[in-house]
Amino acid sequence: MASVTPSNPRIKVNRIGLDSKQYRGTKTTLCAGCGHNAISERIIGACYEMGVDPGRVVKLSGIGCSSKSPAYFLGSAHGFNAVHGRMPSVGTGALLANHKLIAIGVSGDGDTGAIGIGQFVHLMRRNLPIIYIIEDNGCYGLTKGQFSPTADLGSTLKTGVVNDLPPIDTCALAVELGATFVARSFSGDKKQLTAILKAALSHRGTAMLDVLSPCVTFNDHEGSTKSYSHVKEHDDPLEEISFVPFFEDISVDYEPGTTQAVPLHDGSTLYLKKLEEEYDALDKVRALQVLNETRRRGEFATGIIYVEPDRDDFLTMLNLVDEPLAALPQKRVRPPRGALKEIMKSLR
Amino acid sequence: MPVSDIAVQDAPAANLTERVVNDFSIRVATVNGSGSQTANLVLLRSIFRMGIPVSGKNLFPSNIAGLPTWFTIRASKDGYVARRATIDLLVAMNPETAREDVLSLEPDAVVVYDEPLKLDELRDDLTFYPVPFDKLVAGILRDAKLRRLVRNMIYDGVLANLLQIDRQQMDAALEKQLGSKPRAMALNRSALDVGYDYAAEHLEKRDPLVLEPMDKTDGLILVEGNAAAAVGAMMAGVTVVTWYPITPSSSLCETLIDYLQKYRLDPETGKATFAVVQAEDEIAALGMALGAGWAGARSMTSTSGPGVSLMGEFSGLGYYAEVPAVIFDIQRVGPSTGLPTRTAQGDVLTTAFLSHGDTRHLMLFPASVEECYGMAIEAFDLAERFQTPVFVMSDLDLGMNTWMSKAFEYPKKPLDRGKVLDRETLDRIGRFGRYRDVDGDGIPYRSIPGDDMPAFFCRGSGHNEWAQYSERPDDYKANVDRLARKFETARNWLPEPVVEINRKASIGIVAYGTTHWAIVESRDQLLAEADLQTSYYRVCAYPFRDALESFIERYDRVYVVEQNRDAQMLSLMKLDVRPELANRLRSVLHYSGDPIDARTVTDSILIQEGYRVEKAGAQTIRLPHTSGVGGE
Repeated sequence: MASVTPSNPRIKVNRIGLDSKQYRGTKTTLCAGCGHNAISERIIGACYEMGVDPGRVVKLSGIGCSSKSPAYFLGSAHGFNAVHGRMPSVGTGALLANHKLIAIGVSGDGDTGAIGIGQFVHLMRRNLPIIYIIEDNGCYGLTKGQFSPTADLGSTLKTGVVNDLPPIDTCALAVELGATFVARSFSGDKKQLTAILKAALSHRGTAMLDVLSPCVTFNDHEGSTKSYSHVKEHDDPLEEISFVPFFEDISVDYEPGTTQAVPLHDGSTLYLKKLEEEYDALDKVRALQVLNETRRRGEFATGIIYVEPDRDDFLTMLNLVDEPLAALPQKRVRPPRGALKEIMKSLR
Repeated sequence: MPVSDIAVQDAPAANLTERVVNDFSIRVATVNGSGSQTANLVLLRSIFRMGIPVSGKNLFPSNIAGLPTWFTIRASKDGYVARRATIDLLVAMNPETAREDVLSLEPDAVVVYDEPLKLDELRDDLTFYPVPFDKLVAGILRDAKLRRLVRNMIYDGVLANLLQIDRQQMDAALEKQLGSKPRAMALNRSALDVGYDYAAEHLEKRDPLVLEPMDKTDGLILVEGNAAAAVGAMMAGVTVVTWYPITPSSSLCETLIDYLQKYRLDPETGKATFAVVQAEDEIAALGMALGAGWAGARSMTSTSGPGVSLMGEFSGLGYYAEVPAVIFDIQRVGPSTGLPTRTAQGDVLTTAFLSHGDTRHLMLFPASVEECYGMAIEAFDLAERFQTPVFVMSDLDLGMNTWMSKAFEYPKKPLDRGKVLDRETLDRIGRFGRYRDVDGDGIPYRSIPGDDMPAFFCRGSGHNEWAQYSERPDDYKANVDRLARKFETARNWLPEPVVEINRKASIGIVAYGTTHWAIVESRDQLLAEADLQTSYYRVCAYPFRDALESFIERYDRVYVVEQNRDAQMLSLMKLDVRPELANRLRSVLHYSGDPIDARTVTDSILIQEGYRVEKAGAQTIRLPHTSGVGGE
C-alpha cells in the first residue's frame, strides 16, 4: 500500500493518509478546455475521497484522445495503454491475474462504439469488475474530427458534412447486454460525476459510465449535439445522487419516498434522489424506456440509469483461490510428481 | 554424379509365401461421425500393446458427420512413425469412397470390405476379404442406432484374426477406451467376437501381413501433441488460459481444462489456481493473455493460422511493450480458411514477423509429443525471461494425431519468472526504469501491478527507458536497438538444435517440427538406395543459433525440408546467414495437406542430386529457392 505520512499537518489527507496531490498524474497533452481533463479531475477527486490505494489500481485504455488520459491521473498506479478498441480484453486478463486489483478503464466513443464494439459487448456480458468510462465526444479527435458511432443523426462536421446514420446509445446497449451499473453524466457536472464515480468504485461488477465530453476543437460548434451549449441545455438529470461510502457515517437526511437506497457489495449505500417520482434504477425495462424517451426529445438522461447490485461478477464465477493467481508460488501451480505419474499411467 | 535408376526401383512384388511381419500400413475408410474413432484407436492401441512401434494418423473432413474420413495405422518394426504413402491393407467401410480407395491401391494390397459393395469386381491383383457387417451386427443388436456405432468394432475383430493380433491386448485396449461405460464395453466386446469368429470360420488367410509381439513399446505412452502440450502447460504453472475454438488447436485447451480441473484445485478450499476464459475471438484471447502477462500471470492462448492472423496487432504490442505470453500455433493448411483439417508448416514466416514495424518473435518448433510437453514448459520460462510473446509452432499432424513417446519426465528446473523487480534489485540499480538495459543483455526489469514496487505506464506508443511517452528519434532508436539486443540474447538461450554430423556425408539436411520423422526414414532410404550419406540439423527454435552457419559451411548443398509451398524456413534462414552460405540452401517441399512422407523427401533429394531423373510429366513449380535437378 502506497501510504505516506504527511510531514505537513496542515495538508489534508484521506483515510489512507494520502493527500490529493498523490492522486494526480502527468500534465495533460489534450487541448485546453477538453472535457476529458475535467473527467480526469473527477477521477482524482473520487479516488482521493474514497481513499482508493493507487498501488492497487490499474488504469487501462485503448487508443484515441480519451485513451491518453489515464496518464493524467493516479500517476503512481500502473497503466496500460493498449491497442485501439481492445482495452476490455487487456483489462480482463489483468483482473484474471490479480482479482484484487481495482480496474479503471477509459475509452472513447470511437474506441468503444466502432472498432471496440465487439469487446465492449462481451465485457458487458461478463460483468467483469471494472469501471469502464466512455469519454464521449461524438467524434474522432486525434485524427481530426471524423464522426464516431455516437455522433447524432443530423449533426455536422466543421466541414459541413452531415451525419446521416443513427447513433449507438452505449447506455441502452450496456443495459441490454447485462451490465450491472450503467450511468451517464457530463464532464462539466462536477457534483454528479463525482458521485457516480464514487458509487462505481463501490460496485462489484462492470460499471459503465458514458460521460459526454464535448470536443472543444472539432465538435463544439452549433451543428453538434455534443457541444457544451447543447449538452447543458438538454441535460435531463434522472436523480440527484448521494453516495455514502461504508467507512463514513451513513447519512439519513433523505425523506422516505424521495430517496432510494441501493446497498452495494462492499457495505456502502447508494442513495438515488428521484427527480421523477416513479424512476427506479433497479428496473431494467424502465431504464430502457427512459433512455428511449429522452433520446426522442433530443435530450440526455443523466444519472445512474440502471443498477443490478446482486449479480455475481465474472471473477467470482471463476471460483479463484483467495490470493492473486499472479502471486501463487511454484508449489501451488506445479502439480507434484505423483500427478504426472498418474497422467503417464493413463496414457499407456 | 552417378545417375542410376537401379537403386531406387521398388522391391519386387511380395512373395505370398513370404510373410510381412510388423511392417505395413492399414487404412480404414469410414464415414465421419460413425463412431469409427473408437474402433481405430482400439486397433492402434492393440498393436502398441503388442510391443510393436505404431503410429496413427486421422485424415478427416471439416464436417461433423457424413463426409468420408480415413484413419491410417502404420506398424513399423524399425520404429518409423512418419506417414507412409503406400497402403498395404484397406478396410473399406464407406460406400462413397470405396471404389476410389480400392483403385488407388498398389498391386498385392489387401482389402477387407463390406460385402454388399462387391469391391472384388474392381481389380484382380488384390486380395479381397468380404465381410457382411450388417448381417453380423444384426446378430448382436436390435437397436438400429446402436448398430451403427458398434458396426465398426467388427472390423477390429476381423483384423485381429487376419493379422494375428493378440486378443487379450485388444480386449485391454477396448477397456482402456470404454472402461467407464460397462454397457458400451459389453456391446463392443461382442462385436469384436463376432468379427473374429466370422473371419476364423469364413475367411481363408491369403495375404502375407502378420503382426507378431515385440518388446519395443515397453514404458512408452500413446498421446496426441495437443494433450502433451496441455500437460506441459499445466506443469509450467500456467495460471491464465484464454482461448477461442479453432481446429486443430481446440483440443489443446480442452484437454488442459480437464487436467487443470483435476490437478490444479486447491486441496484445502477446492478453489482454482487457474482461470480459463473462452474469449469472443482470437484478438480478445491474446489481449487477455497479454493483460494477464502484464499483471504477472503465466498466461497462454492456443490457436491456428487464421487466429494468428487476427493476433497480429496484439503480438506487436506484446513485442514492443514487452509483455510475456505463450501462444500455441497448431498449424493447418492456409491461406485463408484453407484446409482446416489438414496439416502444414505454413505459418513460419508470418509468425516470425507477426505485426507491423520491426517486429520479431521467438518461436519454438516441437517435433515430437515429448517436445510438445517440454517446449510448453520452456515457453513459459522464455516468455517471462524475455518479456515477450513466445510462439510454440506445432501442427495438426503433431497436435491431433496419436504418437508413441517415452513417458514425460518431471521438470528439472524451477519456474523462471525472469527479471521481476524486487526491493533488493531496486536498491542495487537505483532508480527503476522499466525499459532500462541495466545488465547489458537487452532485458530490462519489470514491476507487476499490485506488487508494491514502483509502477510504470505500459504502452504500445513510443517510450523512453523510463517508460515515459516519447516521440524523440533518439529514444525510439535506442529502444528498438535494445529490443534487437534482447533478441540476440535469446538466440543462445533458446533450445539447441539437434545436430547429427556424419563424417562421410556429402550433403546436409535441415528440417523442423513433424518433418523430422520423414527425415529419419528418408536418411535410411538415401543410404540404402543410393549410398548417399547425410548429416542432419534439426531446427528447434527461432532465432537460429550460430551453429546453423557452421552446419551449412560443411556442405555444398543443404536441403531444407518443410511442409509449405514457399520454402518459408529457408527464406528465414537466407535473411540470417551469410550470403555465400545462403546459395547452398535448397528446398524439399511438401504441401498437399497430408503429413510429409519419407519417399517424397528421398525422391526429391535423389533427383536434385542427380541420382535420378525427374518423372516425365511430373509437376514441378519453380520457385526462386527451388533449385533444379542437379548434377546432370
